[in-house]
Amino acid sequence: MEPRRTSRTVSDPKVRQVGFFTSQHHHHHHHHLPERSFSEPPLPDPFHTSTSTSSAPVTDVSPSGNLLSPVMILPSRHHSDNLHRLSHRATSPTASFSYFARAVVVRENDDSLLSPGRRGIAVKSPSSVVAASSFPKGGFDLTAVKASSVPASKLTTVSVVNLPPGISEKAGGASVEVQNDRPAKSKPLKQKTSKAERRATQEAQRAAKAAAKAFFNLLLKLAVDLYSLAEGSKTSAAVPGPVNSANTKTAKSPKSPSQKNDAVSVAAAEKKAGDRQLEKDRKKDVPHPRMQYDDQSRVEKAKRRAVVKQTEARNRVELFRHLPQYEHGTQLPDLESKFFQLDPMHPAVYKVGLQYLSGDICGGNARCIAMLQAFQETIRSYSTPPEKSLVRDLTAKISSYVSFLNECRPLSISMGNAIRFLKSTIAKLPLSMSESEAKATLQADIDRFINEKIILADNVIVKHAVTKIRDGDVLLTYGASSAVEMVLLHAHELGKQFRVVVVDSRPKLEGQLLLRRLVGRGLGCTYTHINAVSYIMHEVTRVFLGASSILSNGTVYSRVGTACVAMAAHAFGVPVLVCCEAYKFHERVQLDSICFNELGDPDAISKVHGREEINYLDGSTNSENLQLLNLTYDATPSDYVSIVITDYGMVPPTSVPVIVREYRKEHLWI
Amino acid sequence: MPDTQSLVNDFLNKLRKRKIEGSQATAKQTAELLRSVISQTRVPYTNQAGALIDAVKAVGEQLIAANPIELAVGNIVRRVLHIIREEDLSLTNAAIAGLNLSGVSDDEDGAEGDEQPVLSAAVLAAAARSTLRPPSLQTLLEDVPDSAAVPHTSSSGGDSEGKSKSADKSSRSRKLKHDVIEAVNELIQDIVTCHDQIAEQAVEHIHHNEVILTLGSSRTVLEFLCAAKEKKRSFRVIVAEGAPRYQGHLLAKELVTRGLQTTLITDSAVFAMISRVNMVIVGAHVVMANGGVIAPVGLNMVALAAKRHAVPFVVLAGSHKLCPLYPHNPEVLLNELRSPSELLDFGEFSDCMDFGSGTGSPLLHVVNPTFDYVPPKLVSLFITDTGGHNPSYMYRLIADYYSADDLVVQRRPTPGN
Repeated sequence: MEPRRTSRTVSDPKVRQVGFFTSQHHHHHHHHLPERSFSEPPLPDPFHTSTSTSSAPVTDVSPSGNLLSPVMILPSRHHSDNLHRLSHRATSPTASFSYFARAVVVRENDDSLLSPGRRGIAVKSPSSVVAASSFPKGGFDLTAVKASSVPASKLTTVSVVNLPPGISEKAGGASVEVQNDRPAKSKPLKQKTSKAERRATQEAQRAAKAAAKAFFNLLLKLAVDLYSLAEGSKTSAAVPGPVNSANTKTAKSPKSPSQKNDAVSVAAAEKKAGDRQLEKDRKKDVPHPRMQYDDQSRVEKAKRRAVVKQTEARNRVELFRHLPQYEHGTQLPDLESKFFQLDPMHPAVYKVGLQYLSGDICGGNARCIAMLQAFQETIRSYSTPPEKSLVRDLTAKISSYVSFLNECRPLSISMGNAIRFLKSTIAKLPLSMSESEAKATLQADIDRFINEKIILADNVIVKHAVTKIRDGDVLLTYGASSAVEMVLLHAHELGKQFRVVVVDSRPKLEGQLLLRRLVGRGLGCTYTHINAVSYIMHEVTRVFLGASSILSNGTVYSRVGTACVAMAAHAFGVPVLVCCEAYKFHERVQLDSICFNELGDPDAISKVHGREEINYLDGSTNSENLQLLNLTYDATPSDYVSIVITDYGMVPPTSVPVIVREYRKEHLWI
Repeated sequence: MPDTQSLVNDFLNKLRKRKIEGSQATAKQTAELLRSVISQTRVPYTNQAGALIDAVKAVGEQLIAANPIELAVGNIVRRVLHIIREEDLSLTNAAIAGLNLSGVSDDEDGAEGDEQPVLSAAVLAAAARSTLRPPSLQTLLEDVPDSAAVPHTSSSGGDSEGKSKSADKSSRSRKLKHDVIEAVNELIQDIVTCHDQIAEQAVEHIHHNEVILTLGSSRTVLEFLCAAKEKKRSFRVIVAEGAPRYQGHLLAKELVTRGLQTTLITDSAVFAMISRVNMVIVGAHVVMANGGVIAPVGLNMVALAAKRHAVPFVVLAGSHKLCPLYPHNPEVLLNELRSPSELLDFGEFSDCMDFGSGTGSPLLHVVNPTFDYVPPKLVSLFITDTGGHNPSYMYRLIADYYSADDLVVQRRPTPGN
């Protein structure tokens, strides 16, 4: 919805935009800006003020903005804010400040001054803005990053507590912060389109998007650094110098790399260890452009940080250069030997990571639960270091764990969702809470997540799905889905008479495990491989599939081969039922299995397990003409899916985006 | 005769035990066997063709029964029968032509000369009726078969005509057998070289930078791709491994050694990859008369995926794979279940397999079919050694190779014509 709106507004001059933004802002941003309020008390109450703030056009627009905002806010973006909203109601004037500044930022285009913030807050100086105008852009980039913007909000709260007066006085430092911070937050609210358009209206200077992006990352970093500085020692006086220079330079000539570097180095010097993590994990929270492994520089950077030393596979498939592909089997011994050296890594996390790496834990639910439990463990043994706040430090910790796990094996979408949940929970911890209370709350919340979103959800799914099984049915399933397995076992317990066809495929042959468990429980089973699916499909009456995730265009993202099975079922007119817990839904969309996927061990392709006589490729795996491709997932188009069985009931795949939205909302207020 | 019998028995055993792999090898060996059967058959004075047909049918029936799934055997038996009929017909025609000629020239010689043409005209009419031949406009209009309409067994053409002018009956019988054996040799030659003929067409179908997907391994496909490669086309091949035999590994290896960019994927990744593929090229086991294909297991899935993404699905098939039968429930009736050990390790699952012994039927079944049926609507193009054809045209192509009388070889041992 937002993009549409903004585009409409864009057709109008900037003034309009102002109105729009303002209305948004006051809703979202006011809360984290309390400190600024000090500097700008004179501003009117944000909620009602859009009119009063500035020019006439704004007034016109703002009411509508106010009306809209409650409705339009995307749930995912809120969560961190809820708290603040409350807190901030009390201090509503504060909000006005941010609100106001925002308006300024948006409206003004002239370059004359970089220090919008500073004087800035000089609301009425139309001049201010190079920097300001550029914010939106930065936000753009960050935006992606920041849905929950946990760290930022947290930061602000912290600073509020500690040092209101200091900041307010430091015009330079504080203001910069403010602005930097704001874009980060505001961004999520804006859609890309709006930004693009806005940008279009802005000067030619910004033409180079890449440069601008980098610049904004930089700004964000700076902001974070500043915060940390301010927080640590209230000597923010020193800061303004470098910051300003960085600001000015970058703002005016975003393209000059050397200046950027200066700024970076400054920033780096001041940086605290955790901050980078903060920034990183902000990015993780929103559907953002994922790490593209064909981007050399970023890959290099990632490598330097990496705990797990991966060796790049040779002979990578051209189409999949954007995905990481590593040699398998080499890292494990190395990691095991490092077990006692990896200081920052909690052993529980470490263990789970190794299990991912070796494939001991697989399956969306299992991986998710293992990860959450490891996090629980870390929280249990966590104690806030002196001079740090639990909220910030713990988030940073979690983020570093997450990136470690990600190195072991790319996170599944369900895990991403769970992490998002955890971070937002942490961010929402009341400041007044003592450490032990907070820890207990978090652990309980994790438990609750596991129970409600996974275990109970599965129970509900089983209940629904069982109603679709009749006596005499022949049910086909592919691979080994825990949800489907429960459905089958439960139906069997209910005494329904049916037969199960387990379809399997190389290289994982997970179906054999499922087969063993089902046969062990006394279910009559037929086992076959995926090529024979159209042979067996004649006798099948229902197809039950699991999913790693369901995307909001209804695409079922699941074990590779699922699409083939669903397609065959579709061709033979057999209904396809997908069992998937709602926490695995995701607002991302995907049309094919190539843009995003996970590459498994290529060697698993060339060696056929249990068939030693098939060793045709033994000598030729080194040839540069031969590539081995081991895809892990594929995307099943939604038209092959008859029904999605989830904890919210049985819905058609077209309803998935609705659930995603509603679920997010619920997620917020957990 | 005892010689042939032992040969036949050997071959029967091989067929029953599935020792012969691939329809090309089967076809070739069948043709060779039938050739020796023909050469060993003693031909009676009259109705030589009938005797040969009976002999071939007798053997053919056994061969087909030995492995009803290997349709190539039946195809070749029918082809040979067709050859015998054609040769007989052309000889008869030639004889008539000769007699007519002599009749015209010897017009005044009297009654004895007149009897012959009448007699052979009757034979001719019978032969014409029983022979499936492409209806040429001429035959339709004049109701007179002429030797020019006899398709494809060209060896019998000019020289037999010249010889038969002066032929007496004994030489004619030798001539028939000789011609038939010649023709069967040619058939064998065709079977052996069909790869090359198909491969020759490769450059017409593969363009630069094409991405081609195939599943499992087929010699025809290998040669086809390599032929294109030799003609300096550069393209990539994605090979699905083709569980449970994993012949795709073999194909991938071959292609790699010949310098083609090859990507090996699991069968399950076919759907994921097909969206980036320009063309699917596969081999076939048998092509049925309706244009459906009996193909290695998994190809129906590939064909469906290709259809979904509008990727052309091209089937390469030598003419010995063209079967004149129409399929009925081919997934089951023309399929063969292989050993479960290819899918499951007996050692690991022995306990499960015994699990249901108490109830009488085991709980665990393993299904490991060999073939898939790809319906004609999923096939974009057939490339045979005679060129490219639409699935809907296959029945017509097949009519060129077989006589309608022979479609059912085993059930109804017909008297020779």
